[in-house]
Amino acid sequence: MRNLWIFISKYNAFFLFMLYFSLAFLLVVRNNAYQRAGSINSANRVVAYFYGHYSDLTGYLNLAETNRALADENARLRGELEVSKFHNDTTQGQIIDTVSQQRYTYIVAQVIKNSIHQKNNVITINRGSRHGIQKGMGVLSPTGVAGIVLQVSEHFATVQSLLHSDTRISASLQKSKAFGSLVWGEDNFNPRMAYLDDIPNHVKVTEGEPVVTSGYSLFPPGIPVGHVISATSKGGKSFLEIPIALTTDFARLQIVYVVKDDFAEEKHQLEEASTDG
Amino acid sequence: MGRVLSLNIFRFIIFILMQVFLFRNIGYYNLAAPFPYIYFLLALPLSISNFTLYTIAFLTGLTVDAFYDTPGVHAAACTALAWARVVFLNITIQPENHELQATPGMSEMSFRWYFIYALVLSFFHHLVLFILEVFSFANFHYTLISVFLSCIFTVVLLLLFDFIFYRKKKR
Repeated sequence: MRNLWIFISKYNAFFLFMLYFSLAFLLVVRNNAYQRAGSINSANRVVAYFYGHYSDLTGYLNLAETNRALADENARLRGELEVSKFHNDTTQGQIIDTVSQQRYTYIVAQVIKNSIHQKNNVITINRGSRHGIQKGMGVLSPTGVAGIVLQVSEHFATVQSLLHSDTRISASLQKSKAFGSLVWGEDNFNPRMAYLDDIPNHVKVTEGEPVVTSGYSLFPPGIPVGHVISATSKGGKSFLEIPIALTTDFARLQIVYVVKDDFAEEKHQLEEASTDG
Repeated sequence: MGRVLSLNIFRFIIFILMQVFLFRNIGYYNLAAPFPYIYFLLALPLSISNFTLYTIAFLTGLTVDAFYDTPGVHAAACTALAWARVVFLNITIQPENHELQATPGMSEMSFRWYFIYALVLSFFHHLVLFILEVFSFANFHYTLISVFLSCIFTVVLLLLFDFIFYRKKKR
């Protein structure tokens, strides 16, 4: 026993290394298995405090750019209003619409931490469970898709950015309506680009064709995602891998919208029941 | 003693803040990213005990992890760095030649010694960091290129930082 102690204390550098390294390794593995269950992430109060102040500063410097983007969006949405449309028919009288019911509502949030140079990028926003945000909600940017809510604390939430190797978003080609999944990572670490996978070979793809969300997952259908960079297919595969230029500039992300789908639970339960049976 | 302690606490805060708010945003796409916060660990005094060294390294890693959203990855890398440091100092330094308060730096040693010290330690740190971050051996050549490029990036910054703390030997 004594000899063992002498041995351990003689080579204490190695044993301490083993001790701390396995502790750290445990953290890594646990984190991978439970999707950031721990409190050591940027939804943590102290860390979020620092990032909050930092984003106040950078947010101020980017105010002009953000204002312009929001004004553009306002102008676009104003165009969607009923009053800005010209009705080219002669029927009179008001129609009471009972057919449409509100399905998606949006929670505005400010980005307080963002990165684009990591292999797995995570965004932190300043809205949390108190504001009605839940795990797994979709997140939009003013110009396109931003990511999926990963972890929620009372005042903050982390968002798994589209620039994350685990993110898969269902998207479709606007003309052919063929859908596939939008992926980033795997050899491509350009923050302005992603790939649309799983589009069958027979689908005709044209260069510059818009890519929009399919509406099968967390996002409302028809939200722009990007446009096709090149339509050439790699030979010998049964599915196309189409490079997509993203509409969202993640380097300048300031304001995001969290999508609240009122029918999400109903849809989820139905689909769950269908796959089990 | 108090001076050494306060200097190190000051360095810890400065380097963590610089890493998180400045160097996190600098990178050559995802190929190379600098991690000069390890200068804090490189510059800990020679007399520090192994246990204290490992604890400080682990906690430093954990702090950076909290900001990077990567629990454990930096902690593991810093622990590997601490081990490399212990082994490297054992091989290259006779303890009686130096006063115990001294810190490993260009002003105490030679430029050549410090260059190799920074290179070896940052290599081990980055190797563990990138392998754990990717967490697979697929595309291993890509990971290795990242490690080498980031290493060069970090070492250049470490040398620059050491010139800031450079003090002419009093003889």
